[in-house]
This record gives sequence, C-alpha cells and structure tokens, in this order.
Amino acid sequence: MSSLAGKKLFPHKLLSAFMLGLWLLINNTIAPGHWVLGLLLAWAIPFFTQSFWPQSMVINRPVLALRFLLLVLWDILIANVQVAFLIMGSRQKLNPAFMRIPLELKQDFTITLLANTISLTPGTVSVDLQMEEGYLLVHGLHIDDIDQAIADIKTRYEKPLKEIFECSNP
Amino acid sequence: MSFATEVVISLFLFLGACFALVGSLGLARLQDFFMRLHGPTKATTLGVGGMVIGSIIFFTAGEHELSLHELLIALFLFITAPVSAHIVGKAALHRQLPCEERTKNVPWAEGEKDSVDIN
Repeated sequence: MSSLAGKKLFPHKLLSAFMLGLWLLINNTIAPGHWVLGLLLAWAIPFFTQSFWPQSMVINRPVLALRFLLLVLWDILIANVQVAFLIMGSRQKLNPAFMRIPLELKQDFTITLLANTISLTPGTVSVDLQMEEGYLLVHGLHIDDIDQAIADIKTRYEKPLKEIFECSNP
Repeated sequence: MSFATEVVISLFLFLGACFALVGSLGLARLQDFFMRLHGPTKATTLGVGGMVIGSIIFFTAGEHELSLHELLIALFLFITAPVSAHIVGKAALHRQLPCEERTKNVPWAEGEKDSVDIN
C-alpha cells in the first residue's frame, strides 16, 4: 500500500464540491442518504487520486466567476439568434475569417475554458492551439473587422478568466 | 397539468427544435468545411437548451417535485461538444481542406506550412 504521508486531506475543494453537486443531480434527489454517500465520494475520489492532479484549481474571484458564467450564457443566447439569421440569409454576404488570438493565459485548464467558451458561442469555433507561439486559431463565420473581433474576445472572455483563475493577488 | 404550463412547455420544445433545425440547415447549406462546423455548435447550445428546459418544467409540474438532472445533459454537452469540434477542425487544418475564396487569413495561404503542424 502506498504511503499516505504528504497527502492533503482535501486536495481539491472545488472538485469535491463539483462532484457532490454532480452526484445529487445524477440521482435527482436531495435525500439525506445521498448527501452522506455523495460527501463520502466527493472526499474519497480526489483524496485517492490526488497524485494525478498536481495542480489545484483556485477561484480567486467567485463573484466575477458567477458574472462570467451569466455573461457567457447570455452571449450564447444572443449569438445563437444572430447566427440563425446569418445561416438563413444570403450565403454570399458571409465573410468567414481565421483569427489568431494571442494568449496571455498560462495554465492548461484556463486555456481549455477559453477555447470551450469561444466554441460554445456560435459564430466562432476554435480550431487549433499553438502553445509555443502562444496563440489560439479561431474560425469566425462572419467577421467584418478582424482586429476588433480579436480585441472583443480578449476583453470579454480572456481578461475575466485570467482574473478568476490566474491572478493570485487581484 | 394546467393548459398554461403545457403551452410554456411546448414553446420551449418548439424553440429548441427550431434552433436544432437551423443548425442542421447550416450544416447542409453553408459552403466550406469550416463554415459548416458552425452549424452543430448551435444545435448543441440553444437547441438542446430549449428541450432541456421544457423537460425540466414537464417533470417538475407533472410529479410535483423539482427535477433537475436534465441539466447534466446540457453540462456534459457543453464540455464535450467544443472538444469534438476542435479536433475535427484541427484535422481539417492539417489536411488543408479547401475553403471559400472570401475567407481571410487562411493559415496555409501565407506560405507558413509549419503553422498547421499537429503537435
């Protein structure tokens, strides 16, 4: 049996909370028994697998994180309607473009979140990530001004993500 | 279940179905591969979203207790759909599939072959 020395009791608090929520949702109940079982699993799984997850994730600005989530949901709603009109409208008017978004983010997890956000909002899909050169290649369905679109993505999505996850002293 | 609830549920289902339809239309009628990639991302966000909300209202109103596990469908789709789109797009980049002439900034048009290496 591997030694338990040097292991933290709660290595990933956020992951644990997420797993408890997931457990309750999967079982679709808030019965006390499931709280107990869920809490046990939410503690045990991160505890015994902690050597696989060396980097712990910390949310520095919870309020900003909530605001970011709502902003993304709202953008998905708006962009969906816009892209629906683009698809139904004239195909000849579309101006597709590739964009290179220079990345300021450093951690894998945050970059994944940014790429996912870009793909989820209709009209833009992230297609390639170049870590060495530090940019994300994004395809846009209808882009009038490439520089403007890049600046929009950077201020709207990258800046909050950086503040939420990567700045330890905001 | 009251008539009003049924109307609300059908509205959400209809909305979701509409967006799924538009997404599929986009997949069928846009010109090049990269533009078609935009269709399915719509279907998985608002299309599934509308149906999930309809389902939550239906089961909550029908069984008189809150039913939220449909949210997991949306959550898992939100996590997985962009990843598959990314991989498909990356494969297309690698093969340098033809795109519309109007497309700006095509990575392999500038003579930078190495920019599309799969690493």
